[in-house]
Amino acid sequence: MADFGGDDIETFRAEAKAWLEANFPPSLKGRGTMMYAEGVAPTGGDYRAWKTAMAEKGWGVATWPRAYGGGGLTPAQARVLQQEMGRIGAFNPIGGMGVMMFGPTLLEYGNEAQKRTHIPPIVAADLQWCQGFSEPGAGSDLASLQTRCEDKGDHWLVNGQKIWTSGAQYADWCFCLVRTDTAKKHEGISFLLIDMKSPGIEVRPIKLISGNSPFCETFFTDVKVPKQNLVGPLGGGWTIAKRLLQHERSGLSGGGGGGGGRGGMFGAPIADLARTYIGLDEEGRLANADLRARITAHEMDSRAFQLTAIRSVVEAKSNQGPSAATSIMKNAGTKIGQDRAELTLEVMGTQGLGWEGDDFKADELAAVRAWLGGKATTIYGGSFEIQNNIISKRILGLPDPLGPSTH
Amino acid sequence: MAVLTEEQSLLRDAARTWTQEKSPVSAFRKMRDSNAPLGYDTAAFAEMAQMGWTGVIIPEAYGGSDFGYLGMGMILEETGRTLTASPILATALAAASAIVLGGDENQKQTWLTKIASGEIVATLAVDEGAHHAPAKIALKAEKAGEGYALSGAKTFVLEGMAAGLFVVSARTSGESGATDGVSLFLVPADAKGLSRKALKLADSRGAASLSFERVEVGADALLGEAGKGWELLEKILDRARAGLAAEMLGASAQAFDTTLDYLKTRVQFGQVIGAFQALQHRAAKMFTDLELTRSCVEAALSAIDNDSPDVPELVSLAKAKAGDTLHLISNEMVQMHGGIGMTDAHDAGLYLKRARAAEATFGGQAYHRDRYATLQGY
Repeated sequence: MADFGGDDIETFRAEAKAWLEANFPPSLKGRGTMMYAEGVAPTGGDYRAWKTAMAEKGWGVATWPRAYGGGGLTPAQARVLQQEMGRIGAFNPIGGMGVMMFGPTLLEYGNEAQKRTHIPPIVAADLQWCQGFSEPGAGSDLASLQTRCEDKGDHWLVNGQKIWTSGAQYADWCFCLVRTDTAKKHEGISFLLIDMKSPGIEVRPIKLISGNSPFCETFFTDVKVPKQNLVGPLGGGWTIAKRLLQHERSGLSGGGGGGGGRGGMFGAPIADLARTYIGLDEEGRLANADLRARITAHEMDSRAFQLTAIRSVVEAKSNQGPSAATSIMKNAGTKIGQDRAELTLEVMGTQGLGWEGDDFKADELAAVRAWLGGKATTIYGGSFEIQNNIISKRILGLPDPLGPSTH
Repeated sequence: MAVLTEEQSLLRDAARTWTQEKSPVSAFRKMRDSNAPLGYDTAAFAEMAQMGWTGVIIPEAYGGSDFGYLGMGMILEETGRTLTASPILATALAAASAIVLGGDENQKQTWLTKIASGEIVATLAVDEGAHHAPAKIALKAEKAGEGYALSGAKTFVLEGMAAGLFVVSARTSGESGATDGVSLFLVPADAKGLSRKALKLADSRGAASLSFERVEVGADALLGEAGKGWELLEKILDRARAGLAAEMLGASAQAFDTTLDYLKTRVQFGQVIGAFQALQHRAAKMFTDLELTRSCVEAALSAIDNDSPDVPELVSLAKAKAGDTLHLISNEMVQMHGGIGMTDAHDAGLYLKRARAAEATFGGQAYHRDRYATLQGY
């Protein structure tokens, strides 16, 4: 809180308060996180009105330049806006990949025409973007991607297959990494914008172990793409992709500062659940000593992580530069999340084995899906093993047996 | 590392410089090999007193600097790095806390100045069995005239042979295991009926077992109220635990640094062994654990400085986490050094032995996990 400047920021705060009061429908109060979990935006007049208001104000993308429809706020003002929104249970209805990753990247690497064409619809949340990066043969080793992009004079011709494209079945556009030169690995990759309504694109949803998912396989067969859809220089795609993934990682790790103590960033303590399903003994302790010990160890790990999240934010704000603690966050956090999911299932016993039906409570069924879906967290966004490689090489300075780092 | 004030940074830098230059691990090894009778270098301790380390948590009125527990933690982290043997933790943190928190003006005048000046070594005498159990007190304190007569035994008393003063937990009423009826006494080491025996420990640090045969002390030896000493004892122990966790963090950090260095220099199969992914990932795990531990230790020390109601659970978190991390890293240090890690000539064995002693002191991981769960209500 202490890093906001004096009067100007308080004037802005008053402005934000007033505008939110006038424009945020009270019926939507607190609905933000539920919507995120459901993965679908609610319909209804109030929601549409809120989305329109935020889009016109540009506050859905608060720090983007006004020239393209953004809010033009400073980071400090954006934080104040977030605080005031939090106070009244408001949420940002403008989200998705366009906002989180693609938009900021296009603002840095796109040309004027591309920015004027693509940024305003993102600001208005009028359309959706999907990410065409991974391929069946290119996961952790993304740079080995093979989707081919050939120069046909007055257009590009794209052939290949992408996988794990989330939301491709609903997406209007795709930002895609394609191979424009087969002779060079990293320098042969380019960044291309593809209209998902183009002929030759086929989308197949992927069912996961957790059930339905937003992920898809996307097949490109002789897809024609206008020349002007190339972002940045030919062969410059890898650099742009790295920058985009940085935006993705800061978006994903944005759960910092859970406040410590009970019910922190991972939800209510498992011990509460255990009291219900396992019970207490005469001394008021959980009735199974082994489970009690493992739950305690987990809760303590969780607390240690929360304290580290707070510390890394505090240190990043000071003059010390980026905190070393940030490099460990994904592995430490995902492990705790997965441990929590396993313990939850174990505590629920056979009630934690339901797939569907009214023999199981909603949160019991949700626990099973969350446990399954959570296995992906140590795989996507830089796998557990890749993160350890990064820590080893970049932070600890250990040598790379495969040659200079490709990350 | 927490964001420090300029004063705190200076203190940390000074501590780091002194321990690295004047008290590296070789100094500990020399002390050990010389069979120093008290388990530490008295000249080095005198220097620490001169630098003001013995007065860090003592108010200025008694010759201290009142710098606080985070400051003390930074000093202990640096001494932990080089396995520096000294009575700082026992005296300037644990015993001093007892008198600062529970002493009356007379007791503070009598003892705190002597502690701040480095003139005296003081320590807690609380445990009576092989596992830390502060409520399991059988040592009796019976009324004797105006004062009391103490009878019983204490074990694993840190710096017990060097101490001039003991802070003793005794029972004025109740059964062993009860928290009611605990009383704390300031007992001079030369009190009649008090005898001590040196314990020869694997970590070569000074410790003793004490025997009390109707040791008479005046009413002025009682810290606080008779029979109501449990709360004070817990506060004192939490401060000692937090300081020890800081020392353990330092030992872990140095053990890791030394091991990492070895990974970068040892060549086998035509390359440095640090190129092998399995070792890289184990190193990444240790690094991760160090960062998580640091957060817990700093949070506990800051909570003490802020007198937060979260102190007990944060301290148990810090002690348990520091224990887990030091346990892992001390084992990995030996393992990753291979054969040379097994030699006495190498430092790995010194860190390993110190690790287990520190883990067991003032409650190990199991003790503190159990305490954490109980504090959280399950």
